[in-house]
Amino acid sequence: MHELGIAQSLLEIVEQEAQPYAGARVIRIQLRIGKLSTVVPDALRFAFDAVTRGGMAEGAALEIEEVPLTIRCRACEADFIVEDPFMICPHCGAADVEMVSGRELEISSMEICDGD
Amino acid sequence: MEIKLVKDILQANEVIAAQNKELFAQKGIYVINLMGGAGAGKTTLLERTIERLTGRRRMAVIEGDIATSRDAERIAAHGIPAVQINTGGECHLDGNMVRGGIGQLDLAGIDLLVVENVGNLVCPAEFNIGEDAKAMISSVAEGDDKPLKYPLMFQVSSVLLLNKIDLLPHVAFDVERFRADALKVNPRLEIIPISCTTGEGLDGWLRWLEERSGKRGT
Repeated sequence: MHELGIAQSLLEIVEQEAQPYAGARVIRIQLRIGKLSTVVPDALRFAFDAVTRGGMAEGAALEIEEVPLTIRCRACEADFIVEDPFMICPHCGAADVEMVSGRELEISSMEICDGD
Repeated sequence: MEIKLVKDILQANEVIAAQNKELFAQKGIYVINLMGGAGAGKTTLLERTIERLTGRRRMAVIEGDIATSRDAERIAAHGIPAVQINTGGECHLDGNMVRGGIGQLDLAGIDLLVVENVGNLVCPAEFNIGEDAKAMISSVAEGDDKPLKYPLMFQVSSVLLLNKIDLLPHVAFDVERFRADALKVNPRLEIIPISCTTGEGLDGWLRWLEERSGKRGT
């Protein structure tokens, strides 16, 4: 249950980004969460609703995109999207791979509406 | 209007973790982030480690728990500096909490700092604290399915201690299956079976630690 802390960090970033637009309200936030991340989307939504209450981001919709786990095999020089969290090339079986995506915990965009 | 940005939500923690790491490097301190489930044997492992490294490394420990200072008291009883951090509900330590703990230590007198994270197989894996390496401890009493159920912690760790192997005759735990799954999740993982009760395997763990942490002050 670390979603509360993550929701607070998210809110800090959102408020910082929206600061130049006085009186603005945040209505939508897009997140990218890697498949291997330990964040539970529903728990994050719940926590985000709680920490945004009474502030500029109250009621903002959280749109969460799950980023698949992708590994790159150095031998095959190719990327593979994998279902299991194994650092093994599904093509040649080599362990000389690196993770390309799957650990994201990112905000990718947000929509604000003017306070005027 | 839409604002495009790509920002890591954990960036604030990453910044503090990087500052911690720089401070540790300046002071020549090797730092381990010790993670594992509740009851895996983290504090007992530290007690056995302290006993064996006395005179060889100057150790200190930061203990992370949701509540109580029991673990820090156990460690301090062995005569080394121990700081307790109570997270007050948070399920992991982060860079900022560890920074608070560092402030209570005399860094000039330390070669090896072990930060014992909150007992939890999930959240600690997500937060860097400025460590040189993450070490994980898992016990045979927990079952052999953990690498597939909690892959991230296995993936981010450099070394995995499989504890309580003295209990193997009494539990249904397939060591080879556990090892194979852990290596699929992290092919670079070093796996060391140990028993903190009998002392079996601890030499391998101490060697791993001593190869990485420098001895100074002699």
